[in-house]
Amino acid sequence: MLLELRQVSKQYGMNTKALSDIDFSVKEGEFVSIIGPSGAGKSTLLRCINRMIEASNGEIIFDGANVLGSNKKELKMIRRKIGMIFQHYNLVNRLSVIENVLHGRLGYKSTIAGVLGLYQEEEKEQAVKLLQILGLEDQIYKRADQLSGGQKQRVGIARALIQSPKMLLCDEPIASLDPNASKIIMDHLRSISTKMGITILINLHQVEVALKYSDRIIGVNQGRVVYNGSPDDLTEEQIHNIYGSEVGELILDLGGKHAG
Amino acid sequence: MQGDLFAKKRRDSLVFFALLIAITCVSIVITKYDVEKGFTSIPKAISWAFSNFYPNEKSLEKLPDILLKLKETVLISVAAASVASLFALLFAIFGSETTGINGFMRKITRGIATLFRNIDVSAWAMILLFSFGQSALTGYFALFFGSFGFLTRAFTEAIDEISSSSVEALQATGASYFAIIFQSVIPTCLPQIISWVLFMIETNIRSATLVGILTGTGIGFAFNLYYKNLNYHTASLVVIVVVVAIMIIENLSNYIRRVIL
Repeated sequence: MLLELRQVSKQYGMNTKALSDIDFSVKEGEFVSIIGPSGAGKSTLLRCINRMIEASNGEIIFDGANVLGSNKKELKMIRRKIGMIFQHYNLVNRLSVIENVLHGRLGYKSTIAGVLGLYQEEEKEQAVKLLQILGLEDQIYKRADQLSGGQKQRVGIARALIQSPKMLLCDEPIASLDPNASKIIMDHLRSISTKMGITILINLHQVEVALKYSDRIIGVNQGRVVYNGSPDDLTEEQIHNIYGSEVGELILDLGGKHAG
Repeated sequence: MQGDLFAKKRRDSLVFFALLIAITCVSIVITKYDVEKGFTSIPKAISWAFSNFYPNEKSLEKLPDILLKLKETVLISVAAASVASLFALLFAIFGSETTGINGFMRKITRGIATLFRNIDVSAWAMILLFSFGQSALTGYFALFFGSFGFLTRAFTEAIDEISSSSVEALQATGASYFAIIFQSVIPTCLPQIISWVLFMIETNIRSATLVGILTGTGIGFAFNLYYKNLNYHTASLVVIVVVVAIMIIENLSNYIRRVIL
């Protein structure tokens, strides 16, 4: 098991429970989608894993390390093995594409080297190689704010990949993109999982996309895991259970998956 | 319902203007301000200015001396703004919501900045007169403290407003605190920072005139000297020189803003 969550809870204030007793584990190389309504705690769950948000209770084991019990230095080692991809890309807009990609190496650097932005020749070559794989070879020296949304997200992916991560956490990576760009991003993520063997844990809004790309689906509602299994076993009724809706209330196109 | 909303809005604005007029009337009565005289004295002031307050040939002889004083003033203003900006950036980073280390540090740094900001430059000049006497250093420190307070506030807001998303991304990569500041916060905020420093230099030159009167240095001292000697022609030349200097610097900083943004 690469990642294991045991009884993870997150409480805001006295009585707002964002997550309660989350239990699941993820195998190396697996592509796992988390689906659920807005406000169900999907983003909080993802951010608890690399401690961008501190969980209140529970245990998280990543690659043999206890995440919640780690000190500052250990946390840095854990974080650099986990790439993160955001809905709004979170690039430094005024810097060039390649500088943004190289930011993924900062976790490996001393403070001085990080402050001065000293990157090795191999790191720069690696950045160019990744940008070529992601089809951005013509954008390398452009400023990040000159790119389209889909291109920005691919820069985000390159920044995560240059960390040589074992896992990518993707928080709604296609929620701000048009269908074409969404497909390009999802295809890249799928091939990263298949070809590079990198585990992917992704928050998604689109059920059809989750069904099409995932090895496994985790359904979250009101901070609890209500479904955990293969996309093939996910029935329409269970989808309605995840979203807390009645049959016929959702826009669903299961692409004939259940037609037979 | 909708009719009510519009009626309510009309009533609100009516009440607002009625209050404004009432406050004005009360203030006039309390200060015994003569409204009629107030208006009739404006033409008088203008005609006095046209007959006395203009540079003549004799005052132009003083121009080299005035320009020397202006140079001193401009240099002090630039030095105060730029040195203050370094300190302000440090305080803003520690005081910002996104980059502050903890709540306690945030409160302390914000508190210090607020204190410095709320004491006016002229008040600083008076306070510092006791320690440094009438010297350029007094003027420099007065402008420095004023700039520091203002810039800390401006920088804090710039950092809060724009850089939280990329800060989150770099935190997630495991980057160290100072690497995040230098790789994300400063590149993102640089245009705003430069823009505020330029604004501060302009403001400082304006305040330097007043500070100069108080501390007996720079262009303010020159104005005060000629004015008190009833040499209105030369005093007016000082005013014109200051206005021209501010206009040049304003245009220059507008140009720089256009290039960097």
